[in-house]
Amino acid sequence: MTSSAVCSHRDPMLKKRDDFEDMLEERRNSSDLRYALRCYTPVVYKGLAPCKANQLKNMVLQSEQIHYVINQVSKEMGKAVDEVQEEVSSILEEMAQRLQLSTVRFFAFTLSKVFKTLFRSICVNEEGIQRLQQAIQEHPVVLLPSHRSYMDFLLMSYILYTYDLALPVIAAGMDFMAMKFVGEMLRMSGAFFIRRSFGGDKLYWAVFSEYVKTMLKNGYAPVEFFLEGTRSRTCKSLTPKLGLLNIVMDPFLKGQVYDINLVPVSISYERILEESLYARELLGVPKPKESTSGLFKARKVLSEDYGSIHVYFGQPVSVRSLAQGRVNRCQFNLKPRHIPRRPSEDIQSFVNDSAYRLVRAQEENMVLKPWVLLASLLLQNHHQNQAEGQKRGITLDELTESAVWLRDLSRHYGAFLHWPDHTPPSEVVASSLSLHQGLVRISEGRVQLALEQGGQAKPEKPHSTITPEEDLLSQAVVVLSCASYRNQALHVFLRPALLASAIHAASSNNKQDIYNSFSFLRNMFSNEFILCPGATIEDFEEACFLLVKTGALQVTQQEVVVTERGHRTLTFLTSMLDPFLQGYQVVCRFLCEEATEALTEKQFVPAVRKFIIKHLLAGRLRYSEVLSSDLQKNSLAALLRLGAVRKIKGAEQETLKVNQVMVNSLEDTLGGKLPTQKAAVARL
Amino acid sequence: MDPSAPSLHKHGSSMASNSSGSSSDRQRVAQQRLRIIAGHLQRPVDEEAAVLAAECKAKGSKADVPKVTEEKTVPRRRQEIMKWNGWGYSDSRFLFNKKGQAEFTGKRYRLSGMIIPGLKDWMEGTFGASMQHKMPATPILNSDAVKPPTLNEAFVDDLKSTSIPFSHDAEDRVFRSHGHCLHEIFALREGKVGRVPDMVVWPNCHNDVVKIVELACKHNVCLIPYGGGTSVSSALECPPEETRSIVSLDTSQMNRILWIDEKNLTAHVEAGIVGQDLERLLNESGYCTGHEPDSMEFSSLGGWVATRASGMKKNIYGNIEDLVVHVKMVTPQGVIEKSCQGPRMSTGPDVHHFILGSEGTLGVVTEVTMKIRPMPEYQKYGSVVFPNFEQGVACLREVARQRCAPASIRLMDNEQFKFGHALKPQVSSLFTSFLDGLKTFYITKFKGFDPNRLCVATLLFEGNREKVLQHEKQVYDIAAKFGGLAAGEDNGQRGYMLTFVIAYLRDLGMDYYVIGESFETSVPWDRVLDICRNVKARIVGECKERAVQFPPLSTCRVTQTYDAGACVYFYFAFNYRGLSDPVHVYEQVEHAAREEILANGGSLSHHHGVGKLRKEWMRETISNVGMGMLKSVKDYVDPNNIFGNRNLL
Repeated sequence: MTSSAVCSHRDPMLKKRDDFEDMLEERRNSSDLRYALRCYTPVVYKGLAPCKANQLKNMVLQSEQIHYVINQVSKEMGKAVDEVQEEVSSILEEMAQRLQLSTVRFFAFTLSKVFKTLFRSICVNEEGIQRLQQAIQEHPVVLLPSHRSYMDFLLMSYILYTYDLALPVIAAGMDFMAMKFVGEMLRMSGAFFIRRSFGGDKLYWAVFSEYVKTMLKNGYAPVEFFLEGTRSRTCKSLTPKLGLLNIVMDPFLKGQVYDINLVPVSISYERILEESLYARELLGVPKPKESTSGLFKARKVLSEDYGSIHVYFGQPVSVRSLAQGRVNRCQFNLKPRHIPRRPSEDIQSFVNDSAYRLVRAQEENMVLKPWVLLASLLLQNHHQNQAEGQKRGITLDELTESAVWLRDLSRHYGAFLHWPDHTPPSEVVASSLSLHQGLVRISEGRVQLALEQGGQAKPEKPHSTITPEEDLLSQAVVVLSCASYRNQALHVFLRPALLASAIHAASSNNKQDIYNSFSFLRNMFSNEFILCPGATIEDFEEACFLLVKTGALQVTQQEVVVTERGHRTLTFLTSMLDPFLQGYQVVCRFLCEEATEALTEKQFVPAVRKFIIKHLLAGRLRYSEVLSSDLQKNSLAALLRLGAVRKIKGAEQETLKVNQVMVNSLEDTLGGKLPTQKAAVARL
Repeated sequence: MDPSAPSLHKHGSSMASNSSGSSSDRQRVAQQRLRIIAGHLQRPVDEEAAVLAAECKAKGSKADVPKVTEEKTVPRRRQEIMKWNGWGYSDSRFLFNKKGQAEFTGKRYRLSGMIIPGLKDWMEGTFGASMQHKMPATPILNSDAVKPPTLNEAFVDDLKSTSIPFSHDAEDRVFRSHGHCLHEIFALREGKVGRVPDMVVWPNCHNDVVKIVELACKHNVCLIPYGGGTSVSSALECPPEETRSIVSLDTSQMNRILWIDEKNLTAHVEAGIVGQDLERLLNESGYCTGHEPDSMEFSSLGGWVATRASGMKKNIYGNIEDLVVHVKMVTPQGVIEKSCQGPRMSTGPDVHHFILGSEGTLGVVTEVTMKIRPMPEYQKYGSVVFPNFEQGVACLREVARQRCAPASIRLMDNEQFKFGHALKPQVSSLFTSFLDGLKTFYITKFKGFDPNRLCVATLLFEGNREKVLQHEKQVYDIAAKFGGLAAGEDNGQRGYMLTFVIAYLRDLGMDYYVIGESFETSVPWDRVLDICRNVKARIVGECKERAVQFPPLSTCRVTQTYDAGACVYFYFAFNYRGLSDPVHVYEQVEHAAREEILANGGSLSHHHGVGKLRKEWMRETISNVGMGMLKSVKDYVDPNNIFGNRNLL
């Protein structure tokens, strides 16, 4: 049933995936009310100790763990035990879910209505549902959906309700709770709320982790959370956050349950509701605080067509088999298990590796729509034309030809592409373009990004008052929105693209040189993309395999040679990665040229943004997507990780200390001006 | 010391009716107890052989020797009364009679001659076994299968001059080449014999052992001490890589109680004595050791010391390490013993602890001074039904916390409860079966216990009558707090019976393609439920993974309570039809189960020992330094590896 095989297959073409069923179809043909009120009898965990939501709180309060921490905190803070206990109760009160079937039924009814207006279809792999049903009975289950939209968790619960599966309890950010009424509604549909940051708060951490573990261990309900921690504004998977994964793996590692099933779920939206919202957020318009009125303003979205959603329930992954041979569980033998302690190094690295594998598993089952390929092509075309000063856009025929070429390539790379094969390619292209008419324009038979009108951004502003900077930003909104679709395909092309860029950067055809270069790039971008830690050689081999298989490369013992017909592929791949390469270089440039002694992490993004705008306006930089704060933050994280920038604890706040020499040399290496140092990387 | 086994528990309830404390009564009780125990034995007990303070018999005339052995439970030629390829006495076994009903043969046990109507259904239902598919054992040992002995002529010549009896008869040698691990018995049933000892010697006393060890050192012969042969750790297996002549040193003829010291309540006993003889002989004087490992019918005092054995009544009497006051062991470096019998000493690390658990790697234990107690005047069985295993464990934990554990308290899980039920002998009267039905109705319908979840604890109380009754009340009161219902003496007694019949049952299972074994561990209280759940689940999972076609029996029980934890026993059996190498599959599953035990905070062994079966985990169990300490002791005591069974390290 469960499998440990989260890692990719040798030949991705051979990957077997389930078929989808449209669950909205039935909703369009039968009564929503009857559906919402129907008999709901999900299967439960075989070891379930039935209890009510309120009893859960008591179980947590009476647990040894909480007793221990209460006593500890009371001693340390000099507070009375009662007082701390009160605190615990109120934390629990604030946190706890109050799952109620009636609320779920309410949502089932309203969401049916909403979904039917918004989406053409919601497709679910029913075999995945069956696997999940089996998994729920066997062991406690953790659901790990990808996170691209606010919709995600309502959608998840909606699907589980529809298929008569146990409703999950969902870890949600506290900001949702701030939404009056809606917060409570969510709570009653199974959400429990956690503070976004509680780094040093021992008591909060203890209560929170015990609460989650109690629900999991007792099989109260599947526990659902987002590995990525937050919605990905860029549509590329975020590097996983480990806190909750640590918590849910703990009961297994400590032997309190026999096993835990982790179920990665990939939710792919053909068109994301928050599309331009995200782009603006990345450009520095701060994220509006979640509020009920904000949600209602979002009502205008109801009138638009958002295409279809694909939800793929992946193969359940058994924590036991993940841990087999990786973790020595005896390490918990010598200290009472209820005494909290920092996870050992091998557990940290185990959880980290597992998290990456799980995010990879999510990525692999993300459904790609033809538009994703079109967006990639249009972006590349846009930048190329911009550079060469050519006529803007690409003819429809050319675009179709390229799209078909890219379709075949991506399939060879194992993409989960939903391309209607029985429809002529030109129709497929046309219908994709029409769904995304906010982002593209077709004029004179040429397709191009809809930049002139500034996308959908503030068309009400009089044209005259628009400064060049504002114009740039409004164009960037479209570019970033487009990039968010291209990003959905990144995981398919990432490894070959890293290899292509490495070949491009390496001075010779020597395999070792190219490997070194590959390894450098991979290391550099490991905050940007999902690259499993320690898997450099595997990734290199996979990239070689794919490029050789498609005839783009010849790889011998010593050499890597690009074939005649491989140029198109390699050009496409390097162009795909180029914005990121340039982006990281610009950030390095900024740090070398403009970073002052007093630069703090908070000031970093605005400052680097200003710097980039300057360069963009001056034409020294062509990729406006470099304005994405996501890329900027990731590059800073990479530099911090590599030790090129350090955080210095100052009197008032932490400042960033730049190692000029190192940053400079990283920039040069990224730009291909310096060979990669062999000493720094493992040999093949 | 052993998984299985026989026992003397059955006499208990008949004693419950005796209630007086006077000394003449005490004797009567002893007499009665003796009669009952004697019932286990093939031959009547020779009263004169009871308590001897004799000198070494070997010094006497040769003619004495056969006479003395005749009086003992264990003759030199064990095969005369015991199975060569199965458990226990040749006359006692389970079989399906012509009517297809299970029956236990012989006259030795309470169950002997009885019909067990539920067993067939249970076997079919639990294992998918079928009476049509039989796998009988090879009836007779084919001596051709046994390699001729590699004798060290010089050693043999010198040995002859000592007039210590020895043999290189194939049957004698094969009998001492194994314990009772599944793979050992399975091979024997197929008539397969591996490396066996080249000869067997039967020393009659400590001095004989000294001579044998000296000769072994002189001629570089490998010695493997053999006590009761009930090992379940591959401890008796001859290392295949051993090139020297291997001599099995069978201690069974060193079986006398040398003296009893009533002032200090100690007895000095030769280490070859088996448990049932020791108890019987002491009982005659009104005493007992109270050490009753499940294998006590066959296992020996020396074996207990060498493996750190544990008895079911350890709550009153203690485990072997608590019972031993003085030990004499013959090693290649000479004899080790303490100079006095003080009850406790602060004289550096206790050298007894190098001996306890040495598993025959350092020398032969020849004589032991043990604590003895006056026989209890009253014994009472009992049982408690709990709605589920969790409640049962909680109750045992509370009993341990209040330190009021009865002589024995064991908690069986639901599967074992059903197993025990299947072993109910045919009831003689309609009334009894009506009562049974009523009880079942009360528990499952009236009290709402789920028959697929409930579990039962069996109890044995011992001591002065009033105190036993008081104690009983205390324990039942605690049980009630955890939802436990008293379920009568019969259930309790049958529970203890299960312990001894299970070893015989394994042979029956093997006749029908079912193989199984038990293994044990000790674990802190907070881990008990987790370890039980996880190990049982691991066994089921591993069987599935290895294409075992029928779901296995995977069950456990908590058999001992301590202040800080408990001893847990796992039983694992499966129907192996369709598997090409069932023993290998079995071993893989047991290996995985042990890994699971260790990962859940369980110990490598509570009392079975390490032998060769669990050696691979010793280093992680006791650390590098710990291994070094034990190795350095071995290197000093036995530099030429004369005691070369290669157990433990």
